Amino acid sequence: MEFFEFFSTSWNEILMMTWEHIQLVGLAVGVAILLGVPFGIYITQHETLSNLVLTVAGIIMTIPSIALFGIMIPILSVINQGIGFLPAFLALVLYSQLPIIRNTFIAIKNVDPNMRDAAIGMGMTTWQRLRKVEIPIALPVIMAGIRTAVVLTIGIGAIAAYIGAGGLGEYIARGISTSYTTMVQVGAVSVSVLAIVADYLLGRIQKQVSPKTAHSK
Amino acid sequence: MITFSNVSKIYESTGKKVTAVDHVNMSVEEGEICVFLGPSGCGKTTLLRMVNRLVQITEGSIEIDGKDIQALDSIELRRSIGYVIQQNGLFPNMTIEENINVVPKMLGWDAGKRKNRYKELMEMMGLNPEEFRKRFPWELSGGQQQRIGVARALAADPPVMLMDEPFGALDPIIRDHLQNEFLRIQKDVKKTILFVSHDIDEAIRLGDKIAIFNQGQLMQVGTPDQILSDPKNEFVRDFIGSDREIKRLTLLTVKDLLNKGKKGNRKSNLTAEINEFYVTLDTDLRNALAVLLASPTGEAVIVDQRNQPHGILTFTDYELLTGVHPSKLKSIVH
Ligand SMILES: Nc1ncnc2c1ncn2[C@@H]1O[C@H](COP(=O)(O)OP(=O)(O)OP(=O)(O)O)[C@@H](O)[C@H]1O
Ligand SMILES: [Mg+2]
Repeated sequence: MEFFEFFSTSWNEILMMTWEHIQLVGLAVGVAILLGVPFGIYITQHETLSNLVLTVAGIIMTIPSIALFGIMIPILSVINQGIGFLPAFLALVLYSQLPIIRNTFIAIKNVDPNMRDAAIGMGMTTWQRLRKVEIPIALPVIMAGIRTAVVLTIGIGAIAAYIGAGGLGEYIARGISTSYTTMVQVGAVSVSVLAIVADYLLGRIQKQVSPKTAHSK
Repeated sequence: MITFSNVSKIYESTGKKVTAVDHVNMSVEEGEICVFLGPSGCGKTTLLRMVNRLVQITEGSIEIDGKDIQALDSIELRRSIGYVIQQNGLFPNMTIEENINVVPKMLGWDAGKRKNRYKELMEMMGLNPEEFRKRFPWELSGGQQQRIGVARALAADPPVMLMDEPFGALDPIIRDHLQNEFLRIQKDVKKTILFVSHDIDEAIRLGDKIAIFNQGQLMQVGTPDQILSDPKNEFVRDFIGSDREIKRLTLLTVKDLLNKGKKGNRKSNLTAEINEFYVTLDTDLRNALAVLLASPTGEAVIVDQRNQPHGILTFTDYELLTGVHPSKLKSIVH
């Protein structure tokens, strides 16, 4: 029952770390959305560019997170930001790009060609077509990409504690280095709960934005 | 008026060239329905979509009211042409009212005007405006969706309409019903309509003019009667079928036949009571023939608008049509 004792004595600290974690992930995914969604839409109009972008984003995804943090350190040391919030933030933005760009791209591409046809035939400009027809229809799949990105970065964000970015990973890192098992467990459970809750909430939003169809009843 | 001059379309995909439309010359008058008819893949959709520039013309030109469409702004051109696509293409993220008001909204109509137009169109289509206002497309039956598709194309009152098999995916009874409504609406709105179909009966019924295509080439263009009575070549003859004389009967009504036979005094035996074998003055001669064939006496009672007996129709009345040269048929009708 050490586990619950730890919780009850340090819930204050846990809440603070959770908040740090949410800030890190929230900011990173927020920026990733602002970059990734428009970019994903942009490459739907530029066939050749899309292959390149999706390949590069795919490669970034395969870099182990600890290695990516490692690469960040010397680069950002130039501006004296080698460790701490900034490298962690940048790495998370990069990791979020693939699910967001890819889902946006696929979602827009998969809009029923008849819808596109009707929209163009009625005299919509490219922008009107995207805004009134294609983005609303694609929104559920774009949301699914965002959801993946959030869950993914909550996990990777835990590792960011190793480069001093704070968050719930702190417990895991500190617990491992001091062989304090309970602390590791509390950290791990907290991260998991955060991921599950975030996933659930975003799932609700995703349902909300889905166009009503005969299947959703 | 829409004029096609030497219009061709060559698709190039992976080095292979497909001639989808091959030097088409024809014109469609204002307020006229012209049906593009032909087998699958003969280029009907391609020719239709060249009119609103969804397909780029390879050669030749298309003019609307004397203006070359190539010289017009494509966005403005499309907003001035109603377009009903092969599958109805309603936007699933918009309600019925929003769907119908897409073009008026882009044209900057104010909310009040849009609302009135919505009501007007729904009433025209025989649908309750209030019942459907907030519904989404998937909550409608196929026939209702098609009607909304047509209403949406009519919304901004464009002078020209392009309709690509709008009733293609419907069962025969609903299609029949919608065709009738379509003709009724056209009587009021008098649009210039290009209508794609691969159904000869639909073409005869709806077209003021029929254009028959084969492999991108225009085989024949003319009124339904011209096509049926005087098919220009083997292909047209085969396509309209061996029962073309029967199909021609759909172009005339019982009233036309009575007018033709007026000289002989026909108001003889009105003793007949109305039984199940009756026709109205507006029944077409093909359906009237079916009634005669079913009737044991070979006769059918003709009733007028007030359901009063007007005369008797017999097989011999059809003799009035034999020996009439096809080109004279019109003079019987009018
Ligand atoms: N985008 C395209 N690229 C290449 N070939 C095309 C393209 N669109 C149509 N075609 C070809 O052009 C020809 C005419 O096609 P079109 O769609 O106009 O036929 P259609 O008469 O409308 O047929 P259906 O009755 O089946 O709708 C066909 O051989 C088709 O394969
Ligand atoms: Mg077609």
